[in-house]
Amino acid sequence: MKTKFTTDTKLESEIAYFENINLKLESGDIIDSFKLAFKTYGKLNADKTNAILVCHALTGDQYVAGNNPITGREGWWSRMVGPNKPIDTNKFFVICSNVLGGCAGSTGPKELQNGSDVAYGGNFPSITIKDMVKAQSLLIESLNIEKLFSVIGGSMGAMQALQWAIDFPDRIFNIIHIAGALKHSAQNIAFHEVGRQAIMSDPIWKNGKYFENNEVPERGLSVARMIAHITYLSENAMHRKFGRKLQSRDIISFGFDADFQVESYLRYQGKSFVERFDANSYLYLTRAMDYFDHDETFRKYIEFSHDPNNHLKYLIVSFTSDWLFPTIESKMIVNQLNSLSREVSFLEIDTDKGHDSFLLEEPQLDDVIKGFLTNNFAKIDE
Amino acid sequence: MNKINSIRKDWSLIETLIAEDRKILDIGCGDGGLMEQLENNRNAITHGIELNRNLAANAISRGFNVVHGNAELDLSQYSNNSFDYVILSQTLQAMMKPKDILSELLRIGSKAIVSFPNFGHWKIRLQLLISGKMPVTESLPYTWYDTPNIHFFTIKDFLNLCNEMNIVIEKSIGLTSKGKQFDISESVTGVNFFTHEAIFLLSYKNFEPIKIKSSKRVFAKNSVIAN
Repeated sequence: MKTKFTTDTKLESEIAYFENINLKLESGDIIDSFKLAFKTYGKLNADKTNAILVCHALTGDQYVAGNNPITGREGWWSRMVGPNKPIDTNKFFVICSNVLGGCAGSTGPKELQNGSDVAYGGNFPSITIKDMVKAQSLLIESLNIEKLFSVIGGSMGAMQALQWAIDFPDRIFNIIHIAGALKHSAQNIAFHEVGRQAIMSDPIWKNGKYFENNEVPERGLSVARMIAHITYLSENAMHRKFGRKLQSRDIISFGFDADFQVESYLRYQGKSFVERFDANSYLYLTRAMDYFDHDETFRKYIEFSHDPNNHLKYLIVSFTSDWLFPTIESKMIVNQLNSLSREVSFLEIDTDKGHDSFLLEEPQLDDVIKGFLTNNFAKIDE
Repeated sequence: MNKINSIRKDWSLIETLIAEDRKILDIGCGDGGLMEQLENNRNAITHGIELNRNLAANAISRGFNVVHGNAELDLSQYSNNSFDYVILSQTLQAMMKPKDILSELLRIGSKAIVSFPNFGHWKIRLQLLISGKMPVTESLPYTWYDTPNIHFFTIKDFLNLCNEMNIVIEKSIGLTSKGKQFDISESVTGVNFFTHEAIFLLSYKNFEPIKIKSSKRVFAKNSVIAN
């Protein structure tokens, strides 16, 4: 892949360095230099019309497909992205970058502050979804791609996709918005707050300076993950998967060991999360989601800042059992787009797998994503 | 682009009612068959609503703008006059509030196309007369206790409702059960008896813009119908 460097950008082995770029954040803070870790899959065609940006969710990373060297496991959406998969890398050039504020190689709280040997920690500026998208847009620019064919994401990824439609409508053809919302609801903020409190009340957290002693607030971070994980499932899915089944013993212990399978499952989720995720990054990214709110403004943005002849297409997908980002939230987006006569498709998929459905085996999700991309690509390619 | 043939007889008739390059909303669009036909043959921009999840998923997978939803709840989200045509094919009899739907169609669209099976067809009348039981025919194939069709009406009923609602019938096509086609407005006698399926092109008022001339510019203003 040939890349032309802008004056302030260096692209090295899938890390883009933006130096002296003075990125102004929504909070008013300025990051003078930053880097984004990214991965690409497939080949950019000669006309550069086949690029798709996949945006990861809260705890995702740039390893959307193939092997993830951090975990040694398959990429988080490898069932969706790859050769002959619904997002077909034989056909599309797929880009995925770790968000600004993340902890898989992009500039975030665990990275060193510019020109020093101390990590940001709690000194990292507050990040919003808009900031993440602004950083991504600079990456896309430095890859010399004028217009993305699609921006796709679920959950926090859906927020980014929506932000792309708001901020850069002329630089995309369509978005696929899965299990997202115009705003982060009070209930969702509440769950995030419990997670953050778990981290911050871990004595090892030390105001975000745990790295100074090479320590990790494991207890707090794993509890945060356990709480969050419950919100990604549904009661039916939990019942189907675990019921009241006991873990490796026939009798209950009358104590507080993990008697039930669901307990040991959650403990495992918490424990394995600690190994791959930074506690401060978790604080910053959950906050970014909390601040996301286009409830009042979305319609105005779409109505006034968009050329009505710009046929930006939207595919909005929700899941019946998702109580974190319920269908009604998706339908609010659909309603607003319909009231402006925009080209929108919407499907609520019937499943009991909860919010996590977008990462799991859902044949109807595969079908609509594949069909939407293939047919709309044929239209712009005509 | 190659013209595609209609899968259904009423679709080919609906196509004849639609001008080129128009924006269309198809309510109860299924897997997008009619939308495909109108995009191909009439260069239309199409949107659809479909209640059935699998059909909606099919239509989206085939690249159409389709919203999975319930027309009786979701039509209010569309703005006034945002489509040239709104099509409601073979579903008015299944609506909870057909009158409200009809006025919604003409709020959203400049014109509406409505097709429905005529309950006044002689076969239906005969069945009810002779057997004394609710008729079951090829166009209304359900038993009374298991039918999506909850509001039965005849062409006469429909014409009366249009009259009451100040709806103008621009065109009307009747189909006999043998598929023979005729103009409902021209063949006055026996229409309600022989029409198996009816297709109507509706609008609120077919008016000419009033032109107000000034020395420099020509202003056009739409007249308003007074009830």
